[in-house]
Amino acid sequence: MRKLSWGVVLILIVSLWLAACTAPVAAPAGGAQPAAEAPAAADDVVRVALLLPSTINDIAWSQSIYTSLKELQAEMGEDKLEIAYSENMFNVPDAAAAIREYAANGYDLVIAHGAQYGDSLMEIAPDFPEVSFAWGTSTRTGADQGITNIFAYEPRGDQAGYVTGVLAAKLTKAKIIGLVGPVDAGDAKLHVDGFLAGVKATDPEVKVNVSFTGSFGDTALAAEAANTHIKAGADVLTGSSQQVVGAIGVAKENGIPWIGVQADQSTAAPETVMASAIYDWKQLLKDIIAKRAAGTLGGEVLQLTYANGGIRTIYSDAAPADAVEAAKAAEAGLADGSITIVAEPR
Amino acid sequence: MDNLLNTATLIGIAHSGVRLATPYLYAAIGEMFGQRSGVLNLGVEGVMLMGAFAAYYGVFLGADPWLGVLAALLIGALMGLLMAVISVTMQAEQGISGIGLSLFGLGLSSLLLKVLVGSPISIQGFPVWQIPGLSQIPIVGPIFFDHDVLVYIAYLLVPISLFVLYRTTFGLKVRAVGQNPEAADSLGVRVNAVRYATVILGSALAGMAGASLSVGLLNIFQENMTNGLGFIAVALVYFGGWRPIGVLLGALLFSTVSAFQLWMQVLGAPIPPDLAVMLPYILTIVALAVGVKQIRQPAALTKPYERGE
Repeated sequence: MRKLSWGVVLILIVSLWLAACTAPVAAPAGGAQPAAEAPAAADDVVRVALLLPSTINDIAWSQSIYTSLKELQAEMGEDKLEIAYSENMFNVPDAAAAIREYAANGYDLVIAHGAQYGDSLMEIAPDFPEVSFAWGTSTRTGADQGITNIFAYEPRGDQAGYVTGVLAAKLTKAKIIGLVGPVDAGDAKLHVDGFLAGVKATDPEVKVNVSFTGSFGDTALAAEAANTHIKAGADVLTGSSQQVVGAIGVAKENGIPWIGVQADQSTAAPETVMASAIYDWKQLLKDIIAKRAAGTLGGEVLQLTYANGGIRTIYSDAAPADAVEAAKAAEAGLADGSITIVAEPR
Repeated sequence: MDNLLNTATLIGIAHSGVRLATPYLYAAIGEMFGQRSGVLNLGVEGVMLMGAFAAYYGVFLGADPWLGVLAALLIGALMGLLMAVISVTMQAEQGISGIGLSLFGLGLSSLLLKVLVGSPISIQGFPVWQIPGLSQIPIVGPIFFDHDVLVYIAYLLVPISLFVLYRTTFGLKVRAVGQNPEAADSLGVRVNAVRYATVILGSALAGMAGASLSVGLLNIFQENMTNGLGFIAVALVYFGGWRPIGVLLGALLFSTVSAFQLWMQVLGAPIPPDLAVMLPYILTIVALAVGVKQIRQPAALTKPYERGE
């Protein structure tokens, strides 16, 4: 009996742990091995390695930067920009090993696309002074520790949230909006703060019900959260992270509009997704590569904003014209600085 | 906050709880058969993912959702056969081979999604089917009879598995093989054949658990969409004391608390979301530690059977 109980507790702990990570234990599928070719002599080819917490088809965080990098490659030419990537690097130790390997194998720029990779990067970067690193979401470049080869980047998720908030407030008739969030931290928190501000600025009477699943990959719980929001009266839904595909499925089944962020989510359900505020990383990536070519290996903070085109909103043809107009006005206001977002404590 | 405990909220919580228990029921009842015959299959998670993808892809290609379910059952059975070969015939350590199967399913389903579909695209799975008459009953109707058909089948599995386990020769053999394989063998029961049957049956049901997500509740497939659900199903078998009713109660407890915490968040109850998310897990551990006293594990669980001379 005693032995049995321990076994059960162990299984529960394992379950809990697995439930907490998007990618348990290993990453068998696709691109997990850094390419092993020898460092090439200095030439005009830029080699970029990308470390992703989820996958290139997550229709959210990871897909957004991968898509932009591929677009940049199409623009520069495959002989000028080489890309390697590792997916499912949610666990920091796996990611740290991959970062080191990329750096040691002749990559010019290693992008660690997740807030959790920071401490590892601070340790690794000084060992490879010739290599540039980029890390986001973050505003820390490690300059205070004497590190000069890390670029920090930060998408202004609050701006994306603000514009989608304005749109949602215009769309709702019940004056209740449901937000399916992952965790109340980092980029996701910024998004929620901005969304609430956008809704409030448009129609203070609209209520936003916010829920978090405690995970980025709990598709089933995200779906149930969407169901709950609908039962609680919401007639417009939004949310961030890769797990929202579950919520989009529920929104579609109930004929309720969904508003996406990060990547273009209309691919999941075109008739349901009214708009997506997408992260367009192309210019940011271009800037980093240009700075590196000019001799700056790091030490700067870059942002994705509406002003620099790093955030764009794609609207569905089905979205009502007045709502789109209001949202576009918000985009313009954020771009020219006439709107500033004040996050209120929740 | 003021409407936290009114009837509509309570019905909403119960309704969500009934629905959320569905994948756990399929997976845990299937797993229970395997364990009652002495085989611990930790590969449920991977089998669920493969089943979920098979059903999703079938419907994605234009097939009827029922054909998708059939594909999930077949893929599940196939993976069960693999597990049985490894753990029954080759007598590999069951825990390790199960985890291997789990990772295999995770990797393969992710790869297939990427190669065959690309980014997740929603599909038209089973619609909600309100059972005529029954769904009109106040309170009970909206809680129990307002779901898609895979939810109803999951609950039908409970009496069916009770019957099979305790009222059929097959059930008797399963229990005998899990309790005392030597004695069963001496009475002419083919121990390994029974174990093959239960592991394949259990995996087929795990495949169906995946289908209940991808073509039932969610109508979409996403990489690793089960997110540890299969491991919770294994824990529920222990929790339920290897009995169908116990598994049902465990699944309902876990899913109802999950639903409860979602409602608390949506209604703006002043609880930190991190704490709310932990609730179902904490309560399950507490219930195990305090409530469950009389569990007797199948004596031959995880022990491969080799015929003595």
